[in-house]
Amino acid sequence: MTRVFDFLLYVFAWLCGLILVGAFGTFMVFLLTQGLPALGFDLIFGGTAIGDALLLKRVVSDGLLPAIIGTLLLIFLALVTALPFGLGAGIYLAEYAGKRSKSFFSLIFDLLAGVPSIVIGLFGFSLTIYLHKRFTFLTPCLLISALALALLVLPYLIRSTQTALEELPTTLRLTSAALGADQATTIRFVLLPQAAAGIFSGIILAIGRAAEDTAVIMLTGVVVSAGIPRSLFNSYEALPFYIYYMASQFSNQQELQQGFGAALILLSLCALLFTLAWLIRKKVTARLLYHHH
Amino acid sequence: MTKIWGKRVFSSSLLDSRFLFLAATVVGVLLTLSIFAFMVMLGLPLFSVHSLTLLLTQAWAPDQGLYGVFPFICGTCAIVSLSLLIAFPLSLGNAILIHLLAPRRLARFLHQVVKMMTGVPTVIYGFVGIFFLVPLVREWFSRGSGMCILSAALLLALLISPTMILVFLESFSAIPATHLRALEALGGTRRQKLLHVILPGARTGIITGLLLALGRALGDTMIALMVAGNATAQPESLLDSVRTLTAHIALVMAADFDSIEFKTIFACGIILYLWTAVLTLSLRCLHFNYAKSSHDQSL
Repeated sequence: MTRVFDFLLYVFAWLCGLILVGAFGTFMVFLLTQGLPALGFDLIFGGTAIGDALLLKRVVSDGLLPAIIGTLLLIFLALVTALPFGLGAGIYLAEYAGKRSKSFFSLIFDLLAGVPSIVIGLFGFSLTIYLHKRFTFLTPCLLISALALALLVLPYLIRSTQTALEELPTTLRLTSAALGADQATTIRFVLLPQAAAGIFSGIILAIGRAAEDTAVIMLTGVVVSAGIPRSLFNSYEALPFYIYYMASQFSNQQELQQGFGAALILLSLCALLFTLAWLIRKKVTARLLYHHH
Repeated sequence: MTKIWGKRVFSSSLLDSRFLFLAATVVGVLLTLSIFAFMVMLGLPLFSVHSLTLLLTQAWAPDQGLYGVFPFICGTCAIVSLSLLIAFPLSLGNAILIHLLAPRRLARFLHQVVKMMTGVPTVIYGFVGIFFLVPLVREWFSRGSGMCILSAALLLALLISPTMILVFLESFSAIPATHLRALEALGGTRRQKLLHVILPGARTGIITGLLLALGRALGDTMIALMVAGNATAQPESLLDSVRTLTAHIALVMAADFDSIEFKTIFACGIILYLWTAVLTLSLRCLHFNYAKSSHDQSL
């Protein structure tokens, strides 16, 4: 009986491993075989000369450049907006909040982290409708999308900042206090520099989240063809939306190829960010482990 | 955390930064609450012409004046529960394999793969799903378009498994080494270790992983939108095409802003918000009780 059970457990566990790795592997191989042939300068710049495209002399109409630039702009704007709030709230929760207020605030931010991204997008959209009554020029645009994405990544930034600070050894705080530093000075000159790597890896994960999200932007201003946005109040293109659109609306083989190419570019971007965050995280863990040498 | 600066010395810079940090926190809280407030505000006109019970129980047929979101609730439940049904044993098996059974190097490799999987954008799962999985499902069952509950649930299972496996693994390795060594000293087998020490000890972690995965599956838009087919009828089999609450929000956007049809997306938003809030609260209770019970034990 025992041996039968042991055997079944073995088979079950190994089968699960095989299914997961097999499914994921098949998935990646399919994407690579379909997407790799599409990769090249033409995919990004279409027929436009690279120099002209980068200097914005000419509009790239059948390449991915506007979508890539749109995604980069989105990430940048969302991060610039979310960072002060994320860091501030993270520092407050880790260093200042009392037991009760900390418990309340983290519950609210857990709530925010759990809100589906499409609901955040709906919020951005409703806000636009609401504001449109007063400022009629305001329609769904790059700015609204960036603000909504900032709200989406805010809980990640808060959590990573808070954790990075709380992980620091108590001796650090004690030493700083013993040297006569007050709390603000300690945070500014001792704790934040020490926690920088942890905070930074959280920021990179937040960038990845902002780069891949499709649901938020599809409600707040992304379109299939807009070129590179001229201002914050223009609509724009983005990689994930382009992939979504091509999946159902491709009209010929070439467009489908471009869809696969775009998927591969987005995947590489996310993999790169992910690896970067992981490397930084590893460094932090090593430093915390060997802190007392 | 230990309080070192018990009595704060008055200094203007201290007061300033403290105030700024608190302000950032309060802004975050207000935004979180205003998401809900906005949806209620914009959805309210809907409830005055259409009772809540009708909204929650009726079918969706705007041409007949029926604006119920019940089929979408069913669609969401069907996809989410099937994906959990597939992903839970799969994740548990993988966690056991990585933690207990696989040779060290293979375990490390698998762990790395699972971590990598959490970084894959959902829209890519949807994209590959359409061109790879959907044709397969269509061929296997030779029925329908292949865009159905089953396809979406399979993809969603792939999306949520890594989250679950990582949470399971974390709770497995949080089991005190002394317990494991005690069992080894008594001559316990690996099976006994798993059944009598690891799994019972990791109970809270396993429920946590399950709830987190449930929230992830519930909130996903792209996979359901791209692969589940978005039919508005009540689903009757796993091969039927369905629309989820999230996909409904994404799809109705184009309609006229003043129509009842358009306002139903706020109802979907409210349902999703409340649903995930309940999940978050249950996670909170779970951990509160766990912390309390482990505190009692250590006394």
